[in-house]
Amino acid sequence: MSNPPPPMSSTPAEPQDPSSPRRNSKRPKYSRFTQQELPACKPILTPRWVISVFLLVTIVFVPIGLASLFASRDVVEIVNRYDDQCAPSGSRSDKVRFIQSAADKTCNRTLTVPKHMKQPIYVYYQLDNFYQNHRRYVKSRSDQQLRNKNDENETNTCKPEDTTENGTTIVPCGLVAWSMFNDTFSFSTNKNVQLPITKKGISWKSDRDHKFGKDVFPKNFQNGKLIGGAHLNESIPLSAQEDLIVWMRTAALPTFRKLYGKIEVDLQAGDTINVIMQNNYNTYSFNGKKKLVLSTASWLGGKNNFIGIAYLAVGGLCFVLAMIFTIIYLVKPRRLGDPTYLSWNRSPGGH
Amino acid sequence: MPANVERKKKKSKGRVKWSNLYTFSCFRPPAPASNRLDFGQPGFTRVVFCNDSGKHKTKPYKYSGNDVTTTKYNVITFLPKSLFEQFRRVANLYFLLVAVLSVTSLAPFSPLSLIAPLVFVVGISMLKEGVEDWHRFIQDMEVNSRKVNVHIGGGVFVDRQWKMLRVGDVVKVNKNEYFPSDLLLLSSSYEDGVCYVETMNLDGETNLKIKRCLECTLGFDEEIKFSKFKAVVRCEDPNSSLYTFVANLEFGDVDDSNDLDLNSSYPVSPSQFLLRDSKLQNTDYVYGVVIFTGRDTKVVRNSMKSPSKRSRVERKMDHVIYVLFFMLLLISLIASVGSVMYTDRDQTDKEWWYLRLMDDRDASFDPGNPLVSGFLQFLRALILYGYLIPISLYVSIEVVKFLQAMLINNDQDLFDEVSGKSVEARTSNLNEELGQVEMVLTDKTGTLTCNQMEFRKCSIEGVSYGGDVNEIVRAASQRMNIDIQSYRFNLDGDDSTPRDSMETVEISSDHVNESKNSILDGEHDMKNLGGIKGFNFGDKRLMNKMWIHGSNVWDMMMFFRVMALCHTGIPVENEGQSGNHRLKYEAESPEEVTFLIAAQEFGFQFCRRTQSLLFVKEIDPSGLEVEREYKLLNLLEFSSSRKRMSVIVRDEFGQIFLLCKGADNTIFDRLGDGGRAYQHATTMHLANYAEDGLRTMVFAYKKIKDSEYEEWSSSFSKAKAIIGPGREELLENVSEIIEKDLVLLGAVAVDDKLQDGVAECIDKLAQAGLKIWLLTGDKKETAVNIGFACSLLRHDMHLFNLSLSREVESKNELKAMKDDILNQIEASYRATINEKTKDDPFALVVDGKALEIALRNDTRDEFLQLAVNCASVICCRVSPKQKALITRLVKKYTGKMTLAIGDGANDVGMIQEADIGIGISGMEGMQAVMASDFSMPQFRFLERLLIVHGHWCYKRISKMILYFVYKNIVFGLTLFYYELYSRFSGDVLYDGWYMVMFNLFLTSLPVISLGVLEQDVSSDICLQFPALYQQGQKGIFFSWKRIIGWMGNGVLTSLVISILNVYILSPSAFRKGGQVVDIAHLGVTTYTTIVWTVNCQIALIITHFTWIQHIFIWGSIFSWYLFLLFYGALPPAYSNREYKLLVEAVGPAPMYWMVVLLVVVISLLPYFIYMVIQRSFYPMDDHVIQEMKYGRKVVVDDETWLREKQSSRKATHIGFSARVDAKILYLKDQLHKKRMFIIKSITNSPIRRSISVNPLENRD
Repeated sequence: MSNPPPPMSSTPAEPQDPSSPRRNSKRPKYSRFTQQELPACKPILTPRWVISVFLLVTIVFVPIGLASLFASRDVVEIVNRYDDQCAPSGSRSDKVRFIQSAADKTCNRTLTVPKHMKQPIYVYYQLDNFYQNHRRYVKSRSDQQLRNKNDENETNTCKPEDTTENGTTIVPCGLVAWSMFNDTFSFSTNKNVQLPITKKGISWKSDRDHKFGKDVFPKNFQNGKLIGGAHLNESIPLSAQEDLIVWMRTAALPTFRKLYGKIEVDLQAGDTINVIMQNNYNTYSFNGKKKLVLSTASWLGGKNNFIGIAYLAVGGLCFVLAMIFTIIYLVKPRRLGDPTYLSWNRSPGGH
Repeated sequence: MPANVERKKKKSKGRVKWSNLYTFSCFRPPAPASNRLDFGQPGFTRVVFCNDSGKHKTKPYKYSGNDVTTTKYNVITFLPKSLFEQFRRVANLYFLLVAVLSVTSLAPFSPLSLIAPLVFVVGISMLKEGVEDWHRFIQDMEVNSRKVNVHIGGGVFVDRQWKMLRVGDVVKVNKNEYFPSDLLLLSSSYEDGVCYVETMNLDGETNLKIKRCLECTLGFDEEIKFSKFKAVVRCEDPNSSLYTFVANLEFGDVDDSNDLDLNSSYPVSPSQFLLRDSKLQNTDYVYGVVIFTGRDTKVVRNSMKSPSKRSRVERKMDHVIYVLFFMLLLISLIASVGSVMYTDRDQTDKEWWYLRLMDDRDASFDPGNPLVSGFLQFLRALILYGYLIPISLYVSIEVVKFLQAMLINNDQDLFDEVSGKSVEARTSNLNEELGQVEMVLTDKTGTLTCNQMEFRKCSIEGVSYGGDVNEIVRAASQRMNIDIQSYRFNLDGDDSTPRDSMETVEISSDHVNESKNSILDGEHDMKNLGGIKGFNFGDKRLMNKMWIHGSNVWDMMMFFRVMALCHTGIPVENEGQSGNHRLKYEAESPEEVTFLIAAQEFGFQFCRRTQSLLFVKEIDPSGLEVEREYKLLNLLEFSSSRKRMSVIVRDEFGQIFLLCKGADNTIFDRLGDGGRAYQHATTMHLANYAEDGLRTMVFAYKKIKDSEYEEWSSSFSKAKAIIGPGREELLENVSEIIEKDLVLLGAVAVDDKLQDGVAECIDKLAQAGLKIWLLTGDKKETAVNIGFACSLLRHDMHLFNLSLSREVESKNELKAMKDDILNQIEASYRATINEKTKDDPFALVVDGKALEIALRNDTRDEFLQLAVNCASVICCRVSPKQKALITRLVKKYTGKMTLAIGDGANDVGMIQEADIGIGISGMEGMQAVMASDFSMPQFRFLERLLIVHGHWCYKRISKMILYFVYKNIVFGLTLFYYELYSRFSGDVLYDGWYMVMFNLFLTSLPVISLGVLEQDVSSDICLQFPALYQQGQKGIFFSWKRIIGWMGNGVLTSLVISILNVYILSPSAFRKGGQVVDIAHLGVTTYTTIVWTVNCQIALIITHFTWIQHIFIWGSIFSWYLFLLFYGALPPAYSNREYKLLVEAVGPAPMYWMVVLLVVVISLLPYFIYMVIQRSFYPMDDHVIQEMKYGRKVVVDDETWLREKQSSRKATHIGFSARVDAKILYLKDQLHKKRMFIIKSITNSPIRRSISVNPLENRD
């Protein structure tokens, strides 16, 4: 060392050579993170910010609200409840007996088109008080079996509709498929022109392509003692049975619509449509309603005023708040960082 | 062997028979041997065969080994024991239950997602326990493997590890070594078998204790002699009483090698008993026999099991958890009852035919067995809504606290350059507790002081040397100068008129010139020292022989002679410093050492002592150095009742002098009529010194005529020869006779050196509203001195002394003592509530014995009431157990958060008992640190640790827990609301992976960043505004109001999210293609809104955004989409319902995005409005300070800032600043009086007088 230590006294407090490596290693290393000195922005809620935020919300929300209200207004929707009319009037048990009997269940309904409906017109059936989301129901299916011919026997999740009485597998198994909706509708105009209903493309493409096998065909379906809902054509692969695919997408809520088909013809205002339906599906035993819905769709989807109103309401509320705070700040401004608000100034000596 | 030679040399030098020097109690001749008959009875069964440890290998003499374990676990017990500890937490038990259930078919999610977090939490906690225990183990190992010199027979001593030591071994302990176990002293390097023991680790007392061996063992003072040593000790069984020891030593003639022939028996008293963990000092070596080993030793018996501590926030969190648990039970009950009711209605298979409940019955939905179904549903619900009781909260808290502790450990401002150590959070459990401390209980020695004495000032012949402007005056005058500026701008103009300040300038300017350097940076001017330890004195008039030019050289010389002669110290060679001839000294008390050092500096070097002669190298008035020898005739030693010490010496000219030093009042009482010349001036100086916290001592002398001495000497010798109980008293009385008619020389002031920055730290802590209690084992005078030195006391305080009066104490009747104490307490208490003096500062000084009485059940309340009313409390002479007891009682009865800080083993109880225990790690001895929750090298770091880190951690943890509760309520309740739509069947809206992801990735990191990085204000502002700390003391950030508020916010938000999602998305189509939502779509939308909402909510809570927070918050939201994308891209076999969910279904739908925007805004609106209103109309201190600092473009040191900084301090009576304030008031008062006087004398016009009188009246 070129620099010998000075001949100093031996007090322990004497600072040692600061460059000695031993002490440096113990000293906490400097980094902005460990010293908690990272550059930071500290936004402060100033009146200007408050008013700007409220106004911003107003500015964004009101147009969105208006746009969605307009979109919703453009949607034409015909809802027709038919469960009551298509069954004998009387008590519920009458209806249940009727629906379970072999009687003819054809039913004619007439709908009037209130406004011009541009194609495609979506035909939905709407069930009410029907719990597709019941846990026992939801899990009673076998996605594996639907997807793959080889996994036909994967039915242990499908109870109680997994096998027939003699033990052969049911394809598609499970309560969901078993209880498939089986009312049918056919539409004609008042000029007796048939309105063709396409069922192509009413299901999600990914379902058709990947979740329902092209080589999986219905087997032993609805062969048991209890018949639930629709029968399936055993010669058509599941991937082409779009009614089934739609039904298998279990609804989230007890009131739900499902696509029945599409009418790809424009309907004029004032047109009447005759609907010939087979009222097969039993919702009477649990007092469920059945409705037929014809609806066009906007960019937003079906008729939905709620979202537009909600947007407008929030936008309006924020505007009012912005005004209130503006007035408050104008009338009784609090100087930013006004020390009189500090606790020790508000209650001197009391802290 | 050179080492041996050296030792021999040292020994010969140390051969001074101390017993001949001392006069009184220490060396009472041994009482006649009285054989105790109760040995062998229960309680006194221990038999020790000295020097024959082989006999202790077998029963019944097999005693425990000398290894000490402080660990809680060992390899085998670790797992069961620590698991048991873990599952004593209610929450963990719940999680365990859930985990067990999750393996059954009831579980809504995969078992892994429930078991993994539990394993993590329990694992981390156990790991922590394990690591802490490992550290303890290492510490034990270190202690156990220390080396000690053990006799192995034949007079040969070898080094052995402590743990190998066995009862009966003879050991040799060298200077500055700790005793490895409880020993019976056999002999020492001193001829008469005394040794000095430092017991700081046991009781905190700094002065050395003298122990003395039995005369019969005195001869065994060389290694070789031990080959023939045989003795048997019969003694009491191990117990925890530090100050008692009862034993008999049976000892045969050395010549008899037959070990059974033990013909005489000697009683052993505590003064032959050396305790483990005390230290040998000033004595080269001692020999001793091991009596108690390992866990039988008194010090180990005194130690307590370290309790595991939990912070208050965490304990309150338990209550929050209970509330949530109640909520969970409630909704689970609702769900199960609902499910049963629906299932029950499904009796006929016709109704809900598509469920087919009667076929292949599912136990959860069995209409025939509703009770079982209900119970199963209930269990399922308990698991499903378990999100209300977030196990992840515990995980996150562990992580956050670990990181917080890391930040504390790595703070450079908490690093001590001198010791190379840093503040260390030894447990991370208590971080937030640091932000709520209300009471600091501190040890004195080693904590506040560095256990170093410094000679600071002296007053000789009524002239004070060593500077007399004290720091308070300096700071006061400086402050007054600053005040003038601020008063000019002070709009409130309360008590000062401009005229007032103008005069202040005139007066104070000369003071200010004196000291340009700031006082508060705590540095004494060290330039004069030249590195002499114990000497901090820089007066030119005395240094470098300058005193010989003074007026009264004779008195000066006498003064220095008292310093150099009146003591019990001895010089030791100062190796390594051949350059100067300065000597080092060793003495019973550190003060004496400083006197000797100071005398040496003044030219009176005490260089040698023999049995009866003292040699001093003196500076003659001529300036030459001469060596003089003084014959020591008598030494009248110091005792706490005498409070003085005298020596009687005969100088070379045959003159006999009595040199005396002692406490001021005792000396003043004994001054002769001619000796009071300087009394007035000296008294003034003493008062000044004492106010500065210096320890003072007064010097006096007396010339004795030969005849007078002869007369006295004979009576003294007679008294000395008396054996019996009256001896001491008689000796004192005889001493009294000669110690009178003294001539006052002057006084000295010694500084018990405070550690760096202690005064400032206490000052800041007091301003932040903390109360500081001083608990010390030292005597009252010392404690009070330190109280003054660190501004816990000041002179205008009403000081209450609580101590037992002598008469009462001597009677030793509990009832009388109690009454005595109660009376004192009541009298003091009346004074504190007296209207007139209510706002005056009070201080309480309690003596250990009085404290013992005061802390009994029936006086405790009164005592604590009084103590809380006092600005500062000093407890002196308290034992370690009492320290712990006080801490416990204060904690319990005041309900205040207490922090205990100490450095020695005697503080361990207190450290363990307090809410937070802090150990000083700078010194040797690790017991306090091992028991502590935090360790710091210096007391001063307490300020930053509490005011900055404590404040931050408290806010961080509070905010974090509240947010966590909110977040999980939001998530958990949306699950519950969905049940209402699914007939309480227990279906889950979200995919299993969403559930796992929620607390694991999507919301965890922002919370952690909140818990680790949040800062309301930066560290320097925390320090500048101590009032911010009171937010923590009041606990406003984790109050029930807030907790309920956040729970409410959570419930509201979950409602908004659920209702809006359900009503907007159903039943009509949500896409252009006419598709309607199914479970997956509703689930993903609701979940997206939750992710957005909770993450935006935390962005509203955070006030300090670094890039880390930004990345975490926005990254969490982004990662949700990333996850969806990735998950949806997996083949449907893995992704199930979520296959291509984002890209095909919800992503292209504008509705999805619109719902998210709407829901997020509506959910956050209530909190935002609350925030705005609070900010605008009821801003909190941190808000205003933030605005002052960042909101406006103002200079930080503008007037308002400074003024608020000033006034944010809590009104306090203790601390440096408070004293300065008091001084300023006093000075101003003086100024006024002076001005009034001038005005009066100049003009007697009544009109003018009335004008000028007015402001004065206002002031009063």
